Amino acid sequence: MLDNMQTIVNQWFPNVDLEDLWIATGETFYMTLLSLVGTFILGILLGLLLYLTARGGIWQNKTFNFIVATIVNVFRAIPFIILILLLFPFTDFIVGTIRGPNAALPALIIGSAPFYGRLVEIALREVDKGVIEAAKSMGAKTSTIIFKVLLPESMPALISGITVTAIALIGYTAVAGVIGAGGLGDFAYFYGFTRRDFDVVFVCTVLIVLIVFLFQFIGDTISNKLDKR
Amino acid sequence: MISIKNLSKVFSTKTSDIHAVKNLDLEINSGEIFGVIGYSGAGKSTFIRLINRLEDPTSGQVEINGEDITKLDKNKLRISRQEIGMIFQHFNLLWSRTIRENIAFPLEIAGIPKAERLEKVDELIELVGLAGRENAYPSELSGGQKQRVGIARALANDPKVLLCDEATSALDPETTDSILDLLVDINEKLGLTIILITHEMHVIRKICHRVAVMEEGKVVEQGDVLDVFLHPKKAVTKKFVEQVMGDQTQDDSLEVITSTYTSGKILRLHFVGELTNQALISQVARQLNMEISILQGKVTQTQKGAYGSLVVHIDGTPEEMERAIDYITSTSVRVEVLDSAR
Repeated sequence: MLDNMQTIVNQWFPNVDLEDLWIATGETFYMTLLSLVGTFILGILLGLLLYLTARGGIWQNKTFNFIVATIVNVFRAIPFIILILLLFPFTDFIVGTIRGPNAALPALIIGSAPFYGRLVEIALREVDKGVIEAAKSMGAKTSTIIFKVLLPESMPALISGITVTAIALIGYTAVAGVIGAGGLGDFAYFYGFTRRDFDVVFVCTVLIVLIVFLFQFIGDTISNKLDKR
Repeated sequence: MISIKNLSKVFSTKTSDIHAVKNLDLEINSGEIFGVIGYSGAGKSTFIRLINRLEDPTSGQVEINGEDITKLDKNKLRISRQEIGMIFQHFNLLWSRTIRENIAFPLEIAGIPKAERLEKVDELIELVGLAGRENAYPSELSGGQKQRVGIARALANDPKVLLCDEATSALDPETTDSILDLLVDINEKLGLTIILITHEMHVIRKICHRVAVMEEGKVVEQGDVLDVFLHPKKAVTKKFVEQVMGDQTQDDSLEVITSTYTSGKILRLHFVGELTNQALISQVARQLNMEISILQGKVTQTQKGAYGSLVVHIDGTPEEMERAIDYITSTSVRVEVLDSAR
């Protein structure tokens, strides 16, 4: 079966090895999904901190808000390729290696969580102040307000935010690939570009675009389904 | 039951201090519907938020059943708030929850077990007349239905007090009336004390027992609704009374009407209290065998009886007219002779 497909594919793209391509695609999915989970958690944490410590927030605190905002802005400002290099010692310490899909995770999460954190902050600000006031008037604790009002009421925006972030992340995984993280970026660069086998680059590109479309579709569907407004 | 002493709230901005509420004193009795009326900016919204400390007062006391709300720490305040229901102008329902889940929310906050919660929610849905809509989302409801959900939610923890923040201001007149009827119903059934703020005198007239008029952060006038309607002292109050009754002292149309009559007398009858229900006009007509026609007027019902005035024209011999006026005066209706026959 696979041999058949391999023959067909090679008629058009003579240098594409399906098994290698399959592994590379799996690595891209692996990196994207795992870093997406990390980004989601860390980003919501950052977004909540930014929102709650802002002026008029439940934990209003100018200094703390300034510190968090500065960290977020600094990490957003560092170009991703440089961030990976800067994080090499940290990655080596945490993961134990600086090569392979796992080694890309810290940089992917730290690179995209601040971006998502800002999107979370914007989403939370859109939550109706009146609803928060109503919850307070019922005697809700801050934790109740966070988990039963803020997050559920902003969920469609949180989901569309993570969708946008996911697509940026897919791009980051390709960049990480160039310095040996694996995945479709790695495959396109080493098996395609460096060997001048541009059919490999082309196939990888098409696959990445398809993955992006897939994530966008899933994100839109979930967001629409959750939105009862 | 609720006693407010010397309550003040100052909002400090960079350039100036805004005194939203100034040295406010009020006593609100258990089981009454107490209305606070004022134009926007009068401080009534701040006032109602001071009662459950959604705004912290700058100074003063709010005592509810002997407990000073202003002295409670965060945790005790949360527990106290569970016994103070509140409804809002824009309903403030969670769009992500169904009607049932919205009403269950305060019960979740109070830590009521699920089975008990469901039972209570069904009871409340019945009470506010939303049976059959339990699983709808707020976006599928009309304004009036949303406010019913708001009321059910506010009543979930069996509060002693219900605060209404412009609860009918976003509703059309007909829906307003049905929500007001529901509030009266709850007040009578549950013996609940209701404090409401509004800028519509209609709301005060229809359901309140007592009223306070606010202007520039202060209560400028207060008392039984009927008294305030009858003897408004301050200019603001007079304006609010005119909202419902029209300005009865400066009515040009009256002159036009009176000028068409060449004989008889034009009387203004002032109705105060319960007597309005009696068939005064037909009694005069029948017993004294006299022509009596209503020219103009408005009589309205408050929670404590009727209030209003009618302008009528009577005609007959001077003695007959004299007898009619005496007869009407003998009831509690006050007579004012506007224009004699010419």
